[in-house]
Amino acid sequence: MKIHPFLIEMVQIAVLLFAAPLFAGWVKMVKCWSQGRTAPSLFQPVRDIRKLLSKDVVLAENASWIFRFTPYLVFGVTVLAGGIIPIISTDLPLAATADVIALVALFAIARFFTALAGMDIGTAFGGMGSSREMTIASLAEPAMLMAIFAVSLASKSTSLSQMVLVVSQGYSILQPSLAFALLAFILIALAETGRVPVDNPATHLELTMIHEAMVLEYSGRHLALIEWAKMMKLFLFVVLGISAFFPWGIAVNDDLAGILAAPAYLVMKLGLAAVGLVLIETGLAKMRIFRVTEFLGSAFLFATLGMLSFFILE
Amino acid sequence: MSLLVLLIVPLVASLALAFIGDRKLAPEVNILGSAATLAAGVVLALGVYRNGPMLAGGNFFFVDAFNVYLAVLTSFVSVTTAVFSRRYMRREREHGTLGHRRIRFYHAMFQLFIFAMLLCLLTNNVGVLWIAMELATLSTVLLVSLYRTPSAIEAAWKYFILCGVGIALALFGTVLLYFAAEKVLGAGGEALLWTNLSTVSGQLEPTILSLAFVFLMVGYGTKVGLVPMHNWLPDAHSEGPTPISAVLSGLLLNIALYALVRCKVLVDGSTGTHHSGNIMMGFGIVSILVASFSLLRQKDIKRMFAYSSIEHMGIATFAFGLGGPVATFGALLHMLVHSLTKSAIFFTVGHASQMHRSQDMDRIKGLIRGNPLVGWGMTLGVMAIVGMPPFGVFTSEFLILTATIKDAPLMAPFLLLGLGVTFAALFRKVQPMVFGEAPEYQKRLKAAHIPVLLHMVLVLVLGLYMPRFLSDWFQTAVGILK
Amino acid sequence: MSTQLAAQINSLLAAFILLTAFAMLAQRKKLAILHLFAWQGLFLSVSTAIVGFVAKSHHLYISSLLTLTLKVVVLPYILHVLIRKLKIRKEIEAVVNVPTTMLIGIALVIFSYHLTAPIRELSTLVTRSTLAVALATVMLGLLMMITRRHAVTQIIGFLAMENGLFFAATSATYGMPLVVELGVALDILIAAFIFGIFFFHINTTFDSLDVDQMARLKEED
Repeated sequence: MKIHPFLIEMVQIAVLLFAAPLFAGWVKMVKCWSQGRTAPSLFQPVRDIRKLLSKDVVLAENASWIFRFTPYLVFGVTVLAGGIIPIISTDLPLAATADVIALVALFAIARFFTALAGMDIGTAFGGMGSSREMTIASLAEPAMLMAIFAVSLASKSTSLSQMVLVVSQGYSILQPSLAFALLAFILIALAETGRVPVDNPATHLELTMIHEAMVLEYSGRHLALIEWAKMMKLFLFVVLGISAFFPWGIAVNDDLAGILAAPAYLVMKLGLAAVGLVLIETGLAKMRIFRVTEFLGSAFLFATLGMLSFFILE
Repeated sequence: MSLLVLLIVPLVASLALAFIGDRKLAPEVNILGSAATLAAGVVLALGVYRNGPMLAGGNFFFVDAFNVYLAVLTSFVSVTTAVFSRRYMRREREHGTLGHRRIRFYHAMFQLFIFAMLLCLLTNNVGVLWIAMELATLSTVLLVSLYRTPSAIEAAWKYFILCGVGIALALFGTVLLYFAAEKVLGAGGEALLWTNLSTVSGQLEPTILSLAFVFLMVGYGTKVGLVPMHNWLPDAHSEGPTPISAVLSGLLLNIALYALVRCKVLVDGSTGTHHSGNIMMGFGIVSILVASFSLLRQKDIKRMFAYSSIEHMGIATFAFGLGGPVATFGALLHMLVHSLTKSAIFFTVGHASQMHRSQDMDRIKGLIRGNPLVGWGMTLGVMAIVGMPPFGVFTSEFLILTATIKDAPLMAPFLLLGLGVTFAALFRKVQPMVFGEAPEYQKRLKAAHIPVLLHMVLVLVLGLYMPRFLSDWFQTAVGILK
Repeated sequence: MSTQLAAQINSLLAAFILLTAFAMLAQRKKLAILHLFAWQGLFLSVSTAIVGFVAKSHHLYISSLLTLTLKVVVLPYILHVLIRKLKIRKEIEAVVNVPTTMLIGIALVIFSYHLTAPIRELSTLVTRSTLAVALATVMLGLLMMITRRHAVTQIIGFLAMENGLFFAATSATYGMPLVVELGVALDILIAAFIFGIFFFHINTTFDSLDVDQMARLKEED
């Protein structure tokens, strides 16, 4: 039985919206377990969002329209990004409209407006956070593009659906270019989503925070949207990694069985990915911000090596 | 048979000397070992002279006119150096610069070094050639640092690292050579035998071989001491004990050049062009020029003669690169006379610096007054090395120059410039050292006469009269290298 | 295991060898460099065994075993002991500008690829494409020796170069004759003893293994 691709798209966005907070909760749970602490409930992020949504917004007097507009934009852009990344199926109507370069651009728009909003109020922390975020972004984005090009060389396309399709059919992870690209992608994802060696999502220590500093002035439903978008971004990066490098089990045609099986595979892979993420986060210490350039430089290096090894070895 | 003896004697001598240690007999055993090697070498050479090239040890060894003459030269210089080092080392021990353990080490390593060089020359396998070359480097590295002074250790480290890198590149060249040969000759040991390679060189893939030659050139060129890979050479020569400087300059550089020329023959056979020759000519002429101008700036006597070695190796490389019967003949003769002259000079330099307890040329004065043999030996040696008639170096340089004017006239002015500058520089530096009054701090010592005299007489004879067998020999070698 | 799969695994190992070469270039801590070197030796050894399987030449198994003992066990052990004995674990090494070094490294990889491209066309072996990686490893080892100013790291760079050479010999040509490989291994072993002795000499003479202190010998004016 065939399912209309449009329906799949809707299902996928719904999955994104509700699985992202759960995934964030799951990561937190695994992290707590690994450190011997009692974990909060899996649904804690959902409750946080709900609570924030019901609260009033406190706005600074000199806040401009950018400050008010940014949360909606960030949220919308992230959802749109979720529409083009194959989460449960590769047959997505939206995927035809945007390739992977557009995906990077979508994240860049969100980041750009967050940085503007950080500076908008004029507090010291916001500006500091924005400047740090842009420093990291200027290094992470080229590396991200290089890593993606390494994969698209192997699959001869920049369309995400096409890439996932090719990788899932026969192309194995044994390929050196994909191995390098995966390595680069992990490093970039850690930086982009603000995880431990680059940024600490759980801290409000003024000297070290990056992302948190930018959004420090937000409250109420604005904050809820921003937090939600952040969780979705983490979820999307993990899913992107899974789809691009370990796509087995994803639905490649509009078969009902495939569509139904895909979420099961996804849950399993997400569970494992969270364990991997926690291992990285507990195993490494947060590095000084000046070392982040080297960290992302090596990501760039891996991505370049991936591209080179495609030419040299394949 | 004599071939086996030739290789086994230095190895056995090395082990024996390690066992004997610094006893009274050790220098004599050293001389005896080298003399036995020489005897075996002469017998082998006579055999080759009569019966032509031969293979031995299941194709593992190969002897022809080219390598047998270098083998005889190597063993001959090893004898004279052993004779010289008897006095030299005794004096070093009296001064307390070297202890028993280091002298034992010196003797054992000296013979091992000779073994490595002979293996390099006689092996038929291009891979083993590389291994022996590396062994020759390794056996001398710790000899260069024998005095354990900071500068000696620095020199040895530089020698170790630079030659290690160079020779690693040469191994890559050898791998490429094998890569090409394997397709024609099939996998296995046969594909690296020089005799097999030279017969099929026309079928080897030219693209691979030209790439291989670049690596071999840079690799073995480092050991030859060609500019710009020459940095290790002046340091290693100036900081090591003088007998080692003599054999490094007189022998090791020759061996490295031998390896390079052997590879060039294969590459030329494959490509059928003169590219490799041009590369060698380029490296040669640059070495000549850089070395001759560097000579002007030297203060340390051994460093100065080290640069002179670079210059002469440049001349020989240039001549081999030029090709043609006259230039190749000149290059072969040049390798011979340079190694004889240069080791003789180093013997006198060793004595001179022991007399003044310094290698600084400003402190070395009045050598002829102090010790006529050392003074005159150095004067005549320098006259010979700058290419004055009637010494042998004149003959070889004259041959090379005529060939250059005929085949590559554009290079001739550069060659002449290099030779001229060397001439001026060496005379300016040496004259104040040999003439004049002997300073008070000069010490008297008994010099080892025989090695210097023997070498200088040979060089003189070669300049005046070329024995029939030698010219036949070189003609045959020229035929091999065509 | 099919030939195709073996070639695929070999390519992956080639990529890992290249990766370790880069990692060594960027790493500051000596012990970490040493571990990376051991890993590189391990990849090399496995790759040699796989090539031996593909080519059905048994002497490559010996060569693989040789690499395993020499490059993964003996040499790292010797270096480890030396580092401990000489108490240089903590010696900080100024690494000049890692990103620039990396860019030069990438340029070297491209250069190696370019240099070996014509040869690649000529070969029929399934592992032929690894020649570029082998040459790149040699070049990166060389780069490491140039950029590092510490005796121990220079030596590791030298040994990494040798790894590249071994890789060229096994992967690109299905192994040199056994005599040659044994000889090369012997030479490396001797070299290991020599640099061991050297470390002690340098350390006692200069009180440090920093090579920059060795600058007595240069051309005077």
